[in-house]
Order: sequence, then structure tokens, then C-alpha cells
Amino acid sequence: MNAEQANNQSTEQKKKKVDSPFKRSAKDFYKKLKKNKSALIGGYLIIALIIIAIVGPFFTVYDPVHDTDYMVKLQGPSAEHWFGTDHHGRDVFTRVIHGLGITLGIGFFATILGGIVGVLVGIISGYYGGRVDSIIMRLMDVLLAFPGILLALALISILGASLQNVVIAVSIFAIPTFARIVRGSTLATKNLEYIDAMRALGASDARIIFKHIFPNILSPIIVQASLFVATAILSASGLSFLGLGAQPPSPELGAILSNGRDFMWDAGHIALFPGLGIMIILLAFNVFGDGLRDALDPKMKK
Amino acid sequence: MAQKELLKVNHLKQYFPIKGGFFGRTVNHVKAVDDVSFEIYEGETLSVVGESGCGKSTTGRAILRLDDPTEGTIEFDGEDLLSLSKREMRNRRKDIQVIFQDPYASLNPRQTVAKILTEAMEIQNVVPKNKRRERAIELLETVGLNAEQIDRYPHEFSGGQRQRVGIARALAVEPKLIVCDEAVSALDVSVQAQVLNLLKKLQREFNLTFLFIAHDLGVVRHISDRVAVMYLGKVVEIADKKSLFENPQHPYTKALLSAIPTPDPENKKERIVLKGDVPSPIDPPTGCRFHTRCPFATDLCKQDIPELRNLDHMEEGHRAACHHIEKIVSGDMKPNY
Repeated sequence: MNAEQANNQSTEQKKKKVDSPFKRSAKDFYKKLKKNKSALIGGYLIIALIIIAIVGPFFTVYDPVHDTDYMVKLQGPSAEHWFGTDHHGRDVFTRVIHGLGITLGIGFFATILGGIVGVLVGIISGYYGGRVDSIIMRLMDVLLAFPGILLALALISILGASLQNVVIAVSIFAIPTFARIVRGSTLATKNLEYIDAMRALGASDARIIFKHIFPNILSPIIVQASLFVATAILSASGLSFLGLGAQPPSPELGAILSNGRDFMWDAGHIALFPGLGIMIILLAFNVFGDGLRDALDPKMKK
Repeated sequence: MAQKELLKVNHLKQYFPIKGGFFGRTVNHVKAVDDVSFEIYEGETLSVVGESGCGKSTTGRAILRLDDPTEGTIEFDGEDLLSLSKREMRNRRKDIQVIFQDPYASLNPRQTVAKILTEAMEIQNVVPKNKRRERAIELLETVGLNAEQIDRYPHEFSGGQRQRVGIARALAVEPKLIVCDEAVSALDVSVQAQVLNLLKKLQREFNLTFLFIAHDLGVVRHISDRVAVMYLGKVVEIADKKSLFENPQHPYTKALLSAIPTPDPENKKERIVLKGDVPSPIDPPTGCRFHTRCPFATDLCKQDIPELRNLDHMEEGHRAACHHIEKIVSGDMKPNY
């Protein structure tokens, strides 16, 4: 068969074919995720939270920081102020909606930042092995030896208390967890025959790492990332609660919670609503992460 | 044989270190391949047979430079591959390709067939970019698959079809030598035959040279021109297919051949059953490696390593590594079972 004929045939096929290869695998993935109800709910909840965090601030009536009204301070929930007001008379609902974006942002940012570094370190460590591997993994062990929150505390006391530094601190303790998982998966993948086949073809290390190993260890990375977002948010909120993260006027959820602590007996709602917010976020990410793990598990493949 | 030597392996040794102790010192070596020499002529199929662990796959991997051999030279087209730098080797890899045993592990599960084939061409830059897809379709048809299967993922194929994709990938860079590392062992018998016939057809069409690593003697008999028998990291006998199967000289080859099942129950052959197991390649026996299990072994075998020899009663190119070939042939030595 000559090339022209082959070409004609392939264009015909393209018309006939309904789905591209990518679309097929995405559909396959959704089908598997759908079987796990709680994961699906978690997923939708995350999407809903993200939409609220992005769109919400445009619809709130009050300003989260500047609309102080001491006439109505420390009031319980009402039609006017759905989640009540705080000690400056600010609307808690507005603050929570605005805070959602900040909190989620910290979680995503810290995870992405720490994830990228952790994945790179882990792949290099697993792929090259030997001395490089020993040195990198011992460094990771040192990082892992600290309890996460303690490490973050130590880093912030060096860097200074600010939202930006919280993201940096949290992402640094994300590095070893990602590196470990990625290294393990890399070790398992790099000995497969298709990697040898690529080497026999003369592929460079960079090509093998990024085009052949990385896509095949993506599942554990995605699962770890979705679970780590929850951890990151919890740590960041915890740090803000301790006064080391977001500083007072900022409506970060942990910071609101921290404000509310002083009025726990008189106006419990100030702490209650941001607390509930944090809880729902964590629940959504954890459930979704667990479901993802099941859906992406190769052993579940038929 | 007046053919041109395409590949010449000289005194190849591959020792893998065993790390142990507190500081990861090298405590010992696995002598996977220990002083192996052979040559492959252009356009022929040389089979390497032997039990598992005898170093046949390691030899193949060394030729592909997937592992770095400890000693020896591998001359391809007159050029020593082991002396090339990584970068020079990368360009040479175009000429030597590989087909692996496990069709389920040898294709990247995240790539479609089109991607697998075009990437091979991309790495070696063999076909202009806009022609690569056409060439991929052509390759698929050469190996007996349909053009419309090009956008499928490996898991959408059967084992035999995957192996065909693996073959197409190897062909994509137009190699001269293909190392088939147990290329059909993982397939069921009917598919084995199809793939073997495909390989034979491709060999004729593209003037390919095969190094065929196998343990199935039936398959070896079907595909090879010449056969090398390996035992514990050494070649014990090498000959053209006919001489080896009809007139084996080395006691190990004889034992190996006697294990081929015969389809006729009336015609029972004498089965040579060897004593014991293959010794460990970490601490191989002195002298002839086979002397611990050989029915003809003498004190000489324990001391001296036998060389590959060609004797008068053997065909040209037929060589065996045994001290006692003459006495065994003349009947002076009887096996002592």
C-alpha cells in the first residue's frame, strides 16, 4: 500500500472515530470514579467550594475587612448577618466566603510548590540510584523526622510570620512525602521493559524521565496531592490560629477561628462557622483522595 | 561461510557486584557471563539457548549496552561498541534493536501505538516529521496489524498483537541487528508460530540479522541458522543448526537435546537426566563448569577450562568446549550415571 492510500484511510478513520484517545481514557476514569459514591460527592464538593471561593466574593454585601459596625458587634446569626458578626461588627459570612479562597489558595499553592520539588527530587533519586539516591533520601529522612507542624513553626520563626511564609513552610514539609512516594514508584517503573526499550532506542535520560516514567507514576502523585491539600490547609489554618500565619484583619479561616476563640462563651458562632468551613474542606479532600486512590489503582483495572 | 561478520563478541564478561556489609562494600560477584565469544554473520539468525540463569539474556543486554560489561569487546560492523561514548552510542543504537519477552511490560501503557512508533522515529530522527504517521501505518501493516488500530492503547490489544507492535517499534528505526530476548516465550503456541513466521518474513524482506535468545528448542530449531548453547555464563557448543541437532558433541548439549519431547510415543529416545542443580554463578565450579553434573567428568575437567574446539569429524564452524570429545565419540569413555 502506498503512502497516499494510507493517508486517505487514516483521515477516513478520524471521521468515523467518535472519541480521541485522551477522551476515551478520561471517560474510563470517570466511570471508575463514579462507582465510588463518597469520592464523587467529595469531588463535587471540592468543585462547589472552588466555585464559591471564586464567585462568592462578588456577591457578598459587606466588605470582609473594612465594614466594621460596632453597633452590631458579637451578634448571633440573623437574616441580616447569616453567620452573625464578630467583635468589630464585621459580617462573619462575608469573611468566611472571602477566607475560603485564601485558605484553598494556600492549600493548592503549597501542594503544587512542594509537589513539584518533591516529584523532581524523588524521580532523580529513584532513577539514578546509587550515591545520589542515598544522599537525597537521607536529607528527606531528616525532614521527615520533624513533626510537620513543628518544622513549619521552626521555619516561620526564621522567615517571619506571614501568609507567604506559611505557604513556603508547608510546601517544604510536603517535599519529603512526595519524594518518598515518587522514588518508590520510579524504582518500580524504571526496571520495566519499555524503559529498556527506550534506552535501546537511544532516548535521553530527560526524555525517559519526563515522557515515560512521569506519566506512569502520575496516579500516586495525584492521590498524594489531593490528600496533601487537606494536610496543607490544616497546617496553614493551624499556623494562622497560632498567630504565625495570616495576620488579624485577613479573613483566612484559621485567623477568624483564632479571633473567635476569645469570644467562645459569648459568641460561639464566630469560631463555629470558619471551623465548619475548614472541616468540610478537609473532609472533601480526604474523601476525594481516598476515592481517587481506589479509582487509579491499577489492580482494579479489568 | 563467506558471509560478512556483522557482530563479533570477544571475551565478554559481565560480573554483577553483590553489595553487603555495613558500608555497602562489594563482597562478591555474580559471574553472569564469563568469557563468551561468538560472531554473527549478516542476514543470519543465531540462537542462544540454555537454562534460565545461564547468562543468555545478560549477553543480549550487554550487546545492546543496557548494562555495562566488565570486560571484553563487542564489535559491530568493525567498531567496538563498548569503547563508544554515551553520545556516540546513542547514534549507533539505531542499528541494534530489541524485542522483549513480556509484551505486557514492553510497551508504555500511557502511549497510543501511533505515539510509540513515531517516538521511536523521533529519537533517531529517521523519517521527516510530517511523514511519521504514514510510516507508522505502513509499519503496522508490515507486522500484520490494521491501520485503524493505530490510535489504540496497548491494553486494547492481545498479547500477540502487542508483540507485533513491539516488533514494529524495533523496525521503525530500520535496524540491522535485532536482539530477540525470549521474544515468543510469553505467547501461546499458535501465536508463537505466527510471530516466528512474521520474524522470518521480515528477515527476508529487510535483510535483518537476529540474535535469538530462547530456551525453547522447538522454536530454536524452527528459526535459527546457527545455535550457541550456554551453560553457567559460558558457551559450551556452537554450530550450525543441523550439526547441533543431529550431531551434538558436548555432554550438556546432548542432555539438553534429549529433553525435547518426541510426539511419537512408540519411538522413545534415551533421556539423559542430569544430577543435581545448576551451581551458583557467584562461585562457579573450577575447570569445566559442567564437571559437577557431567557423566564423563574426570580430574582433568576439575582443573582445566576447556576451549571451544573443532575436530575432524565435526562440520566446519562446529565447535564444542569439552576435553573428552574424541574419547566420547570413539566410545572409549562410557558415561557413568
